[in-house]
Amino acid sequence: MINFKNEFLGTWTLLKKELLRFWRVVFQTVAAPVITAVLYLLIFSHVLADHVKVYDNVEYTAFLIPGLIMMSLLQNSFANSSSSLIQSKVMGNIVFILLTPITYLQFFLAFLIASIVRGIFVGVCIYVFALFYVDLPMLHPWIIFGFAMIGGALLGTFGIITGIWAHRFDQMAVFQNFVIMPLSFLSGVFYSIHSLPPFWQKLSQLNPFFYMIDGFRYGFFGQSDVAPLLSFSIVTFFFIVLAFITLGMLKSGYKLRS
Amino acid sequence: MKKAIVFNKVKKNFGKLEALKGIDLVIEEGEFFALLGPNGAGKSTLINILAGLAKPSSGSIKVMGYDVIQDYQNARRSLGVVPQELVFDPFFNVREMLRFQAGYFGKGRENDDWIDEVIEGLDLQEKANTNMRMLSGGMKRRALIAQALVHKPPVIVLDEPTAGVDVELRNKLWQFIKKLNQSGHTIVLTTHYLEEAETLCSRVAMMDQGKVVALDKTRNLLKRFSAKNLNLRLDLKRKKIPVNIQKFIQSTDHNFITFLLEEIAEVEFIMGELKKSKIKILDMELTNSDLENVFLKLTGSKR
Repeated sequence: MINFKNEFLGTWTLLKKELLRFWRVVFQTVAAPVITAVLYLLIFSHVLADHVKVYDNVEYTAFLIPGLIMMSLLQNSFANSSSSLIQSKVMGNIVFILLTPITYLQFFLAFLIASIVRGIFVGVCIYVFALFYVDLPMLHPWIIFGFAMIGGALLGTFGIITGIWAHRFDQMAVFQNFVIMPLSFLSGVFYSIHSLPPFWQKLSQLNPFFYMIDGFRYGFFGQSDVAPLLSFSIVTFFFIVLAFITLGMLKSGYKLRS
Repeated sequence: MKKAIVFNKVKKNFGKLEALKGIDLVIEEGEFFALLGPNGAGKSTLINILAGLAKPSSGSIKVMGYDVIQDYQNARRSLGVVPQELVFDPFFNVREMLRFQAGYFGKGRENDDWIDEVIEGLDLQEKANTNMRMLSGGMKRRALIAQALVHKPPVIVLDEPTAGVDVELRNKLWQFIKKLNQSGHTIVLTTHYLEEAETLCSRVAMMDQGKVVALDKTRNLLKRFSAKNLNLRLDLKRKKIPVNIQKFIQSTDHNFITFLLEEIAEVEFIMGELKKSKIKILDMELTNSDLENVFLKLTGSKR
């Protein structure tokens, strides 16, 4: 018989632990990425403001901000679940969760939500900083929220997969440096993909990060390279696929239960 | 009496290696049970399968009547496991860890009194608000035991609980565990210290190479294996050890020969035979047989 109080409390406890974990090292998990993003903002807007024109009525600095927010959100959602898992695995304290009646679904939800929260929190901090710097419209807040949620969810899920798969910190770093970084930099954070040569445009269209950033930006300016509904559907599709893979891994105990 | 744990033909293969070759074992409720064996005997593998950290290749385990796979939630609620390694979460202090651990089992604030009791019982009061990272090895061990107890499991499994723990703490831990046993908890521990099992446990299973090689009351087992070692350095010089004492030989290393004796009277016999064959004894020593020898005896293998 399912005892809902037990199930809820179990999930909530694991979520709370995951949130507290990153909050305890908030300088590393929030302050650092926010500062990085603000530096990008200051430097790129200063250097490129007069050279790049993307949308007619949007100045470059403003154009840049949603991209930077989304990029940081995605990177931090990924970092939260992946680094928590690899750390618990290397330290061995993952057993404290594995020994409990927590189900694979509860496990997934707790890590997923914690990732989304960290990503969005970092994003909001960057947004607040940016407000000092430039006037930023916000035409469709719900679209912004929707993309932030699905983007954080997608990368949080991807982080769970890599966290379970990796044995060591350096394997984790490979993902961080050779997958997450290139995908986020080649996604149109700093430019519109329409300014790219055709080959690179086509390539960008295969990058899920591009749709997340493009759709997120639409929420601010009402302008985008791709229709936001299409972007949202593509990202949701990716999320569902990865969520199924993750749940399958967790259910079978892949690399967690020998 | 209810059965606390039932192992039914549990097998586990790692590739070609048969780590467990079909374990059948029943542990009754309220027992203080020891699982003994040398490193690599399969004790930890068996515990891991019991705890759900590993999956059996075949066979099944029930804890308090709940199957550890089909009914894993109830099985895990009935089980408190103290892992062998000193693992800890570096982000939190002792009390936070205990609260989280209880929360995973669906226990909320109402459980805080019990957590206090566990902290007190293990003498952790002064360290309750200290980060896990800052604790000494012995304190970490206590915190680990506390973590296994937060959900009041009827069955408690301790995997090598006293490995690397100093004598004073060891005694304290055993007192605490004894008290748990007296209040009705079933205790299962793995160890390779025979003395610990001897003083604490009512029943012992010995494992070797993935099998249970002996299962008996501790008393009986000790009686059966109260053996002695006779270590001799002999001046052999191309002479051979007499055939009728060769069966006592446990190991040979050049001139050093260890005989395994069941009775002290056998010393006389061996000495006599050596004298008859005119083999000179250069040095001799009589020691109590250790666990290793008991195993050698049990498995009949010469290592």
